[in-house]
Amino acid sequence: MELSVSLTVNGRRYDRQIEPRLLLVHFLRDTLNLTGTKIGCDTSQCGACTVMLDGVAVKSCTCLAAQADGSSVTTIEGLAPDGQLDRVQEAFWEKHGLQCGFCTPGMIFATKALLAANSNPSAEQIRHALEGNMCRCTGYQNIVRSVQAAAAAGAR
Amino acid sequence: MYSANFDYHRAKSLSDAQRLLASNPGAKLLAGGHSLIPLMKLRLASPSAVVDIGRIPELRGISKSGDGIRIGSLTTHAEIAASADVQKSAAALAEAAGLVGDPAVRSRGTIGGNVAHADPASDLPTVLVALDAKIVAIGPKGERTISADGFFTGIMSTTLADDEVITAIVVPALAKEQGSAYVKFSHPASRYAVIGVAASVTSSGGTCSAARVALGGLVPHATRANAVEKALVGGGLDTTAIGTAAAKVGTDLGNEVTGDIFASAEYRTAVAPVYVKRAIAAAAARAGLA
Amino acid sequence: MATTVAAPARIFGSGIKRREDPRLLTGTARYTADITLPGQLYAAILRSPHGHARIKKIDTAAAKAAPGVVAAFTGADTEGVLQCIPCAWLVPGSELKVCPYPPIAKTIVRYVGDAVAVVVADSAQQAYDAVDLIEVDYDPMPATVDPEQAVKPGAPQIHTEAPNNIAFKWTVSGGDIEAAFKKADIVVRDRIIQQRLIPTAMETRGALAHYLPATGELTLWNTTQNPHIVRFIMSLVCNIPEDRLRVIAPEVGGGFGSKIPQIQGDFITVFCSMKLGRPVKWIETRSENYQSTTHGRDHVQDVEMAATKDGKILGLRCTVWAGMGAYLSTAAPGIPTILHGLMLSGPYQIGAVKEDVYGVYTNTTPVEAYRGAGRPEATFMLERVIDRLADELKIDPVEIRKRNLIPPFDNGHDVVTGLKYDSGNYQGALDKALTHAGYAALRNEQAEARKKGRYIGIGVGIYVEICGLGPSQVAGAVGFQGGLWESAIVRFHPSGKAHVFIGSSPHGQGEETTFAQIVADELGVSVGDVKIVHGDTETTPMGWGTYGSRTTAVSGAALAVATRKIKEKAKLLTSHLLEAAVEDIEYENGKFFVRGFPDKSKTIQDIALMANVAWNMPQGMEPGLEATTFYDPPNFVYPFGAHIAVVEVDAETGVVQLKRYVAVDDCGHQINPMIVEGQVHGGVVQGIGQALWERAVYDDNGQLLTGSLADYAIPRADVLPDIEVLHTVTPSPHHPLGVKGIGEAGTIVSTCTVYNAVIDALEPFGVESIQMPLTPERVFNAMSKKGP
Repeated sequence: MELSVSLTVNGRRYDRQIEPRLLLVHFLRDTLNLTGTKIGCDTSQCGACTVMLDGVAVKSCTCLAAQADGSSVTTIEGLAPDGQLDRVQEAFWEKHGLQCGFCTPGMIFATKALLAANSNPSAEQIRHALEGNMCRCTGYQNIVRSVQAAAAAGAR
Repeated sequence: MYSANFDYHRAKSLSDAQRLLASNPGAKLLAGGHSLIPLMKLRLASPSAVVDIGRIPELRGISKSGDGIRIGSLTTHAEIAASADVQKSAAALAEAAGLVGDPAVRSRGTIGGNVAHADPASDLPTVLVALDAKIVAIGPKGERTISADGFFTGIMSTTLADDEVITAIVVPALAKEQGSAYVKFSHPASRYAVIGVAASVTSSGGTCSAARVALGGLVPHATRANAVEKALVGGGLDTTAIGTAAAKVGTDLGNEVTGDIFASAEYRTAVAPVYVKRAIAAAAARAGLA
Repeated sequence: MATTVAAPARIFGSGIKRREDPRLLTGTARYTADITLPGQLYAAILRSPHGHARIKKIDTAAAKAAPGVVAAFTGADTEGVLQCIPCAWLVPGSELKVCPYPPIAKTIVRYVGDAVAVVVADSAQQAYDAVDLIEVDYDPMPATVDPEQAVKPGAPQIHTEAPNNIAFKWTVSGGDIEAAFKKADIVVRDRIIQQRLIPTAMETRGALAHYLPATGELTLWNTTQNPHIVRFIMSLVCNIPEDRLRVIAPEVGGGFGSKIPQIQGDFITVFCSMKLGRPVKWIETRSENYQSTTHGRDHVQDVEMAATKDGKILGLRCTVWAGMGAYLSTAAPGIPTILHGLMLSGPYQIGAVKEDVYGVYTNTTPVEAYRGAGRPEATFMLERVIDRLADELKIDPVEIRKRNLIPPFDNGHDVVTGLKYDSGNYQGALDKALTHAGYAALRNEQAEARKKGRYIGIGVGIYVEICGLGPSQVAGAVGFQGGLWESAIVRFHPSGKAHVFIGSSPHGQGEETTFAQIVADELGVSVGDVKIVHGDTETTPMGWGTYGSRTTAVSGAALAVATRKIKEKAKLLTSHLLEAAVEDIEYENGKFFVRGFPDKSKTIQDIALMANVAWNMPQGMEPGLEATTFYDPPNFVYPFGAHIAVVEVDAETGVVQLKRYVAVDDCGHQINPMIVEGQVHGGVVQGIGQALWERAVYDDNGQLLTGSLADYAIPRADVLPDIEVLHTVTPSPHHPLGVKGIGEAGTIVSTCTVYNAVIDALEPFGVESIQMPLTPERVFNAMSKKGP
């Protein structure tokens, strides 16, 4: 069985024929070649694949592309299309919130989801908001600082 | 990880969903996907077809209904945790919904899917049993309302028929001086409940007039702690009384306790009274008896 | 301090933002899985579901007939094409038994995850679908998974070449250990299990191989920490000449040791591309990663310490059974031996040590380096038994350490195992940690809390570690089958911009920034004008890779020396252009000038242009402004530090909460303090993970019970406090920049520091030892057995 789906990704509409089993993360990475979204596990734990789906941060490894038919997706490639980093990206750069960078796209969307709901989170709230995003390099501390800096800079 | 292939059908309405279920034997319902998709990726489930009910508007949302709150089966954990109505009249449910998985999981995962999946280490079934919630399902024979206490029958098994669709969960309204709470001991990796305890207590002038306590995580399915409840009712809700009642959980657990490499059955049994005690105390505090 | 040390200047020592970040922040960085070539195929590997079994029959017919499948191969197909996977650390005097490690198992599988067959298809989905169709008839055999049990009589034998499953036995000794124990007033003992860990770099391993049959050339994109070693080993295993082999480590998503060795999947991917003449990609799933990529630690340690009654340590003696897994991974034998046993005496004055190490084959995934690699396991033994000694003698754990620390030294200190530490001030680091933590106040707080039935624990740990590996002559002497030098090329272009090419291969540690800071500091160019190139064997000079906290320590030294060569040439050219004697040319703040005439000067940009156009060169001087250095360090570097942890144990449940963590580390001069701090954060947290959560578990049949991130708990954001990071600065006397490595430092002692804190919290219960990780159940049981 093949399905026709239509998704708007980073503002551009894509119509594609897909297998029903195709996950959103594979649609982004393999079908659209938007490889900024990462895959770090197979059990919905690590959060590396987090993207914005209709304004909500979701794990794109736990969502069928078919479920996202008609939806609007923002991936890491959509945040700074002209090279101008947005405030969350800028804050991660400023505060050394990344080392190998693999978890970073997911972390940035988890951050955006948090700041959309709470513009001035405490360190504890930040740590809880990041509980579904794993990082093996930073020990999370500079990620927390990055989120604080992004909040202070007015990132939403 | 790639699941096996399957046919995909999107239901436009509840009746459409029922029709698709009927015409696709072996089909599984898909809502938020956070119970089913992980199983399919690991090829622990390989249904021939899925029926996506994720966009049926009538299944979404939280509303006051007569004597309680009606929560549409497609309502996400995040929506439940954030709902002022749920926080006010079913604090344990809001609390538990806020402890499911992680924020991204809570944004997609639904109460209906969670309940139908009936993972023994899941949070919501425990709370629903303690809150005396009702599960509303529709099938070929029409709609029926099932008490949460009795709905869960074993590891990932319920009394729901394959051709039924959960449409809503109804949580009864709070009595005067009633409070509820959920306490969870999370697995450090999976974040599922190693032990989950939900308690709902009602006081009458300081005496416990009604109590429902439910256990999850350490038993094959969410279940009432009858001995604890019995010990509570009619007594006080002070620390000593709560502790004494909580100690009875051993009787309720019997030999059914689940163990794994992280926490053995013996350990879970040994510390269960602590979590029971904490849940009851938190519920009592909310009942105005701190 | 030593006079060879360069004084920190403005750009050297500033915590500037990383140059690698914009591509990582925007999703434009390319990791191996992100690269796609025209005509690319996908490989999926069938892995053994048994810990130990004989393969009776493999039937790939159904898989080959499946949609999209191009080929399926088994071990038999690799016969005569692939050699066995070599072990590259042949520790001398250890009767090492290197047993054949085929890239695809042929007759016997020896661990769950051992490769059995591979399917190559048009898409990854098709490859995985078809793998399920391969039928393998196994004859299961008994397995053995515990390194101590595996050497006992009657244990299942894994390799005929290694009786009793002993891969090697190695002994280190120094001083008169018998005399030390004879003289002792007191002997304390412990049995410690350094549980097996799974490194869990967020990017799993993977490879993309592209073989061109017409030319015999292979390009391999590989998630590795050491592309030049990959090229060397790949050429041996696949019989492709090194000059036709190009290895590219593109963006690499963390390694922590697990991307040092070449694993089965790498060779299988290359093999498939060689057979099919098309690009083939293989990317591990996480579950596959947990079975097929190397693990870490896995020691059973019996340790005993001899001391006088006033707490002076006389000797340390131990026996270690180190699990190696089913085969010897690339560097595996060196880890529980050279990188472990030689550090037994740590920062203390200990007159005698002896250790017997048994490397043991088990039916488990091969073990390799994991952040710290041998040093955390050694530090743990020492820091644990010293606490036991303090406890027995009723001496404060800080006081007993002070009585034994090596006094400060700045240019060499010989220790009993034969090493010469470069520089150290252990007391200084300890004092700073104690002051910052408020040690005395913490002890008071602890006493007050105990009165109320709350159990707070304070743990102290001190370490010195060996890194910056290392002099190549030593590498050879200890059996490492390679060199451990590094190289750097600095090339100035006519416009004054520079490329730097290095042989090491950073993957998150930030050397694209810190190395540019080195050049900027030495020559007065802007950091933004220096591009650091690494990770491609075709463009970079030979180097041995990024591990063992050696990139800044060794590669950075190479770069400093190369940069100084540039400076010397610039001085010569300046003297020619300004018609002055070279002895009169001075350099300051980016300008070369004649002494006393600072206005008459040339910048490095001027010199770069003049050297490149070569219109006016001095007699005999070659055109161009480029320098190459091959740097073989004269010694290792020895970073050190003192850490303090504060925990609270919930006496009702055994749940441990880490409340504070203070880390004072000394890595000499810091090129970029922001990056140093980040390395400490990550290192400390990985060590905490071992103490509290992480554990790979096999059942008796060799099934990995912690096979996914839903079972194996790595630290998450919400279970950690902020790490309070401080430093002292004790430069390495032999390093051109006075720096030491910092990549692993945080991990070395954090496991034991947290462990010590938990045991300290449980002092009223009389608890002396708990197996790691300190899960609520284990802590609860330990308390329950003793009672307060």
